[in-house]
Amino acid sequence: MSSKINVNQLNLWYSDFHALKNIQIAIEEKQITAIIGPSGCGKSTLLRVFNRMNDLVEGVRMQGEVFIDGMNILDSKTDLVTLRKRVGMVFQRPNPFPLSIYENVAFGQRIHNHITKNSLDEIVERCLKCVLLWDDLKDKLHKSALHLSLEQKQRLCIARLLAVKPDLLLMDEPCSALDPQSTARIEELMRELKTDYTIIIVTHNMQQAARISDRTAFLLLGELIEHGTTSKIFTNPTKKDTEDYISGRYG
Amino acid sequence: MNSKKTEKIAFFVLFLATLLIILPVGLVVCIIIQKGFPAMTWQFLTDIPRQGMRAGGIFPALVGTIYIVFGAILFALPIGLGAAIYLSEYTKEHFLNRLIKLAIVNLAGVPSVVYGLFGFAFFVIFFKFGASILSGSLTLAIMILPIIITASREALESVPYSFREVSYSLGASKWQTIRHIVLGNAIPGILTGTILGVGRAAGETAPILFTVAAFYLPQLPKTIFDQAMALPYHLYVISTQVPNVDEKIRYGTALVLLILVFFMNLVAIVIRTQFRKKKKW
Repeated sequence: MSSKINVNQLNLWYSDFHALKNIQIAIEEKQITAIIGPSGCGKSTLLRVFNRMNDLVEGVRMQGEVFIDGMNILDSKTDLVTLRKRVGMVFQRPNPFPLSIYENVAFGQRIHNHITKNSLDEIVERCLKCVLLWDDLKDKLHKSALHLSLEQKQRLCIARLLAVKPDLLLMDEPCSALDPQSTARIEELMRELKTDYTIIIVTHNMQQAARISDRTAFLLLGELIEHGTTSKIFTNPTKKDTEDYISGRYG
Repeated sequence: MNSKKTEKIAFFVLFLATLLIILPVGLVVCIIIQKGFPAMTWQFLTDIPRQGMRAGGIFPALVGTIYIVFGAILFALPIGLGAAIYLSEYTKEHFLNRLIKLAIVNLAGVPSVVYGLFGFAFFVIFFKFGASILSGSLTLAIMILPIIITASREALESVPYSFREVSYSLGASKWQTIRHIVLGNAIPGILTGTILGVGRAAGETAPILFTVAAFYLPQLPKTIFDQAMALPYHLYVISTQVPNVDEKIRYGTALVLLILVFFMNLVAIVIRTQFRKKKKW
């Protein structure tokens, strides 16, 4: 078990709806894994298993095992605070808090640690540098984050996440609200982050998956149809469904 | 009749009905200002009532009302806000929750004199607080609780769910999320509701009648166990219980009460509009 995540016989129901069926997948460390598939296939649901965000939905039921670094996170004894500190999430719509830029990045430290002002300043600077916002924003750290551009907001959300020091990043269609140039720059950022973080990205956009991911998983109606290296999935898929989806015959 | 004609008639009747709303409000305000304004002097506001309340000022009643109302906020805001947070953030939709909501709605519909009687039996007699600022404030607090709870819940629920989701995803607990993210965005709405409640409390006579209001008390209360004069009750007394009170003193008292309540509502409106301007999501 050298993989970062091992999913074993995972089933998930929303009340009566069987949303994920017998999912079996291993996710490698410090790679980008893309989850693709048509709307409603369970991509986001699978992503939200890894930080247990599905728990917030009423009537959700899970069965099976999900190991992250050898620990089964579906265990009822799992400490969700610790888990969510390690497994961070970037959402579809950039959603900074209605606070200042500085306070957005500092939020994680404020709730998790009692920390001095100086080291907090350092963390904010380091995280903003990491997402390449520091040079643009260093003079307006105490302005509201709501006036930034969409791309800057999404970068800020990533910085906010990095401040919590996760090692796994979940990205739920992080570029779907952005224009093509911004998308390209965020993808560039993801490639840089890959050296330090394991990234799982859900995307509607097959070209995006092809551009940035090392491995790709194809989901259809709650089932994992195929999983492998991105080059293999996109050039020589073994299943007919995968080929049909990749070639745009549906989806 | 053709549809054009009925349309015209409908429009006219509906417009008239709307216009009729303005009339009594306008008249009340105009008459009170016209008759009460001559009494508005600095002395009227800062002097005690003299010559069996036929002269002098309303200072003890004004201060008494402020004390009582302030006490009511002190009790009602923490309890109301706590209940609102519990109801909107911590409970799920089930039988007990619906029962609580129903109770709150009904609490808002109870006539104020019933609160007065309840306060008298419960705080004055049972807890032996006597007729005092404490009893009066507690009684008013219960009366404005539904207003504060309802307004606070609306304010809490208007904070977008996505903020909570992000906060949880960063490992924040429910309480941390509420404290750091939700409350900050809900405070203007909560304040607005509180001020509206307080405005209502300041003008009520029945709840304070048995629990705190003194007929005539020339000195200011010293502790929360003292009785106090209050503006609405003072107005009632000089209008019906004391003969030959000069009209301008009566209307002057009414005007002060009106200004007090109007001022509070104005503050609530200002806070709300400021908040709307700043809201960006």
